[in-house]
Amino acid sequence: MSVGAAFAQCRAEGRAALIGYLPAGFPDVEGSIAALRTMVSAGCDVIEIGLPYSDPVMDGPTIQAAAQQALDGGVRTRDVLRTVEAVAATGTPTLVMTYWNPVERYGVDRFAADLASAGGAGLITPDITPDFAPEWIAAADAHELDKVFLVAPSSTDERIAMTTAACRGFVYATAVMGVTGARATSSDLAGPLVARTRALSPADLPIGVGLGVSTRAQAAEVAEYADGVIVGSAFVRTLLDRGADDGLAALGSLTEQLSRGVRHDA
Amino acid sequence: MTTFGADQAGWFGEPGAWGGRFMPEALVAALDELTDAWTAAMADPEFTGAFARILREYAGTPSPLYHAERLSAQVGARVLLKREDLNHTGAHKIRNVLGQALLTKRMGKDRVIAETGAGQHGVASATAAAYFGLDCTVYMGAVDTRRQALNVARMQLLGARVVPVESGSATLKDAINEALRDWVASVDHTAYLFGTAAGPHPFPSMVRDFTRGIGDEARAQCLEQFGVLPDAVAACVGGGSNAIGLFAAFLDDDEVAIHGYEPGGDGVETGRHAATIHAGEPGVLHGARTFILQDADGQTIESHSISAGLDYPGVGPQHAHLAATGRASYSPVTDAEAMDAFALLSRTEGIIPAIESAHAVAGGLELARRLGAERGPEATVLISLSGRGDKDMGTAIDWFGLGDTDAGDTDTEESR
Repeated sequence: MSVGAAFAQCRAEGRAALIGYLPAGFPDVEGSIAALRTMVSAGCDVIEIGLPYSDPVMDGPTIQAAAQQALDGGVRTRDVLRTVEAVAATGTPTLVMTYWNPVERYGVDRFAADLASAGGAGLITPDITPDFAPEWIAAADAHELDKVFLVAPSSTDERIAMTTAACRGFVYATAVMGVTGARATSSDLAGPLVARTRALSPADLPIGVGLGVSTRAQAAEVAEYADGVIVGSAFVRTLLDRGADDGLAALGSLTEQLSRGVRHDA
Repeated sequence: MTTFGADQAGWFGEPGAWGGRFMPEALVAALDELTDAWTAAMADPEFTGAFARILREYAGTPSPLYHAERLSAQVGARVLLKREDLNHTGAHKIRNVLGQALLTKRMGKDRVIAETGAGQHGVASATAAAYFGLDCTVYMGAVDTRRQALNVARMQLLGARVVPVESGSATLKDAINEALRDWVASVDHTAYLFGTAAGPHPFPSMVRDFTRGIGDEARAQCLEQFGVLPDAVAACVGGGSNAIGLFAAFLDDDEVAIHGYEPGGDGVETGRHAATIHAGEPGVLHGARTFILQDADGQTIESHSISAGLDYPGVGPQHAHLAATGRASYSPVTDAEAMDAFALLSRTEGIIPAIESAHAVAGGLELARRLGAERGPEATVLISLSGRGDKDMGTAIDWFGLGDTDAGDTDTEESR
């Protein structure tokens, strides 16, 4: 299933999609595959696999720690592609979220080709904007991959229109001004950003909202106005805290909670 | 657009070649605002006049151009030193921070953040913040806060908050990451005083403009004092702010050769170095496409240099462009060569340079020897002495075994 089809199905069910993130190679490659499959079977509609990078400027301490652990464990770009293949085989659309340099280093077209043949759906690119991404846009189009760019509360209307016009799959709305990480309260910037983005973007482009959601109630709140609820740090935190022993069970239970949140299933 | 300068999107050379702005969308509006404010300020005589006055009255510029006669006699060519070590706070960096802080005031922001490696840019930023009455937070790798406790104390005395960064390798590149993370959350009232001519557009061009007084002064001083332009100019290159500030004034003088000296660490062949242009490969780091030290997967490799101020795995994108076009050449100087030059300049001229600047002295003297042999003693090499070495005495004590009054022999091959 494509990302677009997954969103359409959620929409048909009258609910938002649950989008779950974990970095590849955390706690190790096989462990991340098992964790991501757990998230799929417990209710994630779309999966984002993080490519661990040495200089993750948009990530808070939780995801930094996980990425560092993955890098210390020796994870390579090819391991990320192997993880994509294993998760995409479940039939759940699987995107890679990556900083730009590892893609450029791998070779932009080669990365796109290998991602496509691994069954990956596309890329989320937090540190490159469409105006600086002509090579990626061309490669994504050639290999029919999704291109998920970000909009922020600070984005001008012109930039939101430009960015959403370049997106395929969905547009990632960063709900707060700040790095990734769980937050106790939802941002009051999120609703207005989503409304502005909806007014300025192509009609059929879903809007995913990210940064900070960790509970069912927060997921339900975001699902009121967004097409997708993106959760990352809360999953990573669960694995960091619970470790190998009952980490997977805790991950499954968190996923189920969030999944009920996006369904407004009290 | 000046010669070898960037286009409106921040590209040096062809669009897509060097520089640009590889940044999160959340920071784009702030970078656009900064670009507009800087462009307007540089065209406003009120701003440029205020900047010139502050540099003159507070920072002590123009710095002298000094004819090092004893060194000149040794190498057989005229050696000129641009004495940035005599500026307030002891290095060229005060020029950049005063420019950026003045711009911050003009933009109506009341807080600045900065990254620092050894602490020199942090001290300069804290100084500028004190001068302008701005709130100041400095991010510094935890490893560096321990190595450079004196500079931490300086910053604190100047009123800045110093935040140790434990993430990643806990050094300069991680301090930049942490400053960017702060900025994403604080951008509406905070300016990021970037410490070198690297990073996303407009920083490489803006920092160059604020430091180019080095080159403009040196060029005029050389003509006035000696009636000629130098045959060559030389500077050390870490991120490359003093170098681009010097080089900028000479880019159109085709007869002036331009040489940058990169930190060769233990030797480029050992892999323990920070010679990014000489031995790195093109990639994207901290918002710009430039030469970087990276592994096969594009992960940043930690750099190594005896000089903390040059210890950075990237380099300003205009240097990458100057190297690619052949307008400037870049070569490595090892830790040992730099420390030899450190001792030589101290003993021959009574000037203790920053170890950063000692890289330029080592490379520049070698160049002067060669030019002197080719063209005679009138051959002129102008070297940027970007900072003074007080901060480096701990390193010098360890390197030379100083401090013990029975020993302390710093004789080098060159000074014997």
